Amino acid sequence: MINKIFASAAEALHDLPDGATVMIGGFGNAGMPSELIDALIDQGARDLTIINNNAGNGETGLAALLKARRVRKIICSFPRQHDSHHFDALYRAGEIILELVPQGNLAERIRAAGAGIGGFYTPTGYGTALAQGKETREINGRHYVFELPLAADFALIKALKGDRWGNLVYRKTARNFGPIMAAAARITVAQVSECVGLGDLDPEVVVTPGIYVQRLVQV
Amino acid sequence: MALIRRDRAEIAARVAADIPDGSVVNLGIGLPTLVANYLEADREVLLHSENGVLGMGPAPVPGEEDPDLINAGKQPVTLRAGGCFFHHADSFGMMRGGHLDICVLGAFQVSERGDLANWHTGEPDAIPAVGGAMDLAIGAKQVFVMMDLLTKQGQSKLVAHCDYPLTGVGCVSRVYTDHGVFAVGPEGLFLVDGYGNSLAHLQAVLPVSLRAAG
Repeated sequence: MINKIFASAAEALHDLPDGATVMIGGFGNAGMPSELIDALIDQGARDLTIINNNAGNGETGLAALLKARRVRKIICSFPRQHDSHHFDALYRAGEIILELVPQGNLAERIRAAGAGIGGFYTPTGYGTALAQGKETREINGRHYVFELPLAADFALIKALKGDRWGNLVYRKTARNFGPIMAAAARITVAQVSECVGLGDLDPEVVVTPGIYVQRLVQV
Repeated sequence: MALIRRDRAEIAARVAADIPDGSVVNLGIGLPTLVANYLEADREVLLHSENGVLGMGPAPVPGEEDPDLINAGKQPVTLRAGGCFFHHADSFGMMRGGHLDICVLGAFQVSERGDLANWHTGEPDAIPAVGGAMDLAIGAKQVFVMMDLLTKQGQSKLVAHCDYPLTGVGCVSRVYTDHGVFAVGPEGLFLVDGYGNSLAHLQAVLPVSLRAAG
């Protein structure tokens, strides 16, 4: 029998090692898996590389993980927000490495990793500082930059409902990075508002097929 | 004589008037979001938001905000009937794939060839943040910029070459400013609508050659 449902967020993250690369879903607070992040803070893993669209804001979630000094490097598109003070302080003190990636390249690099693509040529960023040092190529008269896939050891994502096979549906714009991060990590942990029985999710509207999800926690 | 000047609401209305019914449009964070106020509900202009929405509606009435339904600026929004959600790779595939008709962006500078600088001041102590700006700049079929023509110090923001770090190369088609509407591109800078300012009067504040649109 396949049962990916774990009793708690702590159990679902028990083997996340120091130095791991961890994708965290969410765009701002929409889709941010706050309970999983809290469990990661309690779990104690350090020296992490975090992949997220932002770099945390306010005092909770990703910002709290940064404040606890557990992140060595962050790969994101938009770290600066009016209340991203924990990231700002670490960055100005030189205590965190920032890899800044245009948002669509970030999404496509994650998608590429999940789909087994070894890299891709994208027009985004051509001729800018964010493409410096990268291979470029002209294809049919247009200029492109070569970007590599972005994979992770763990992905922590938030969905609305899931079943014990790991099938997921999301809610509104909280979907954002969830489906692509689920595919790009070796172990994807999804927190859901509700675990439902097999067959309760309409197979025509399942957004993330269970094959991409290894662990599920109801919060 | 001072240049005739239009305020931000009037510029937003001017941009909205140039967006055809049936267009799919992305409005960037900041000044461009004002354009939504002038897209009458009887026109079906589909608003795209990079965090995964097509058919975005106006801000909700107070008390009806949903933290799971936000726009690229992370403000609460609504969904029009017929609207839908999708993940980030699809959302940016829509941009890069040329499926958006128009995007409207703010800018620090635009060059006469259509180079755009709007993501980073380049100051050494500034924390860089790019978001979807570079994807929007190269993705939409037409890129409109909304900005003041002059800096507070009176320097033109329409330039020969951008001093600020570039967001995209040769990507802007039109620039809507407080003193006029301009077309930019491989042929250089053209005046589309001077709001009553003469070409000579505008040329006097511009560092690049301005021609009348054909």
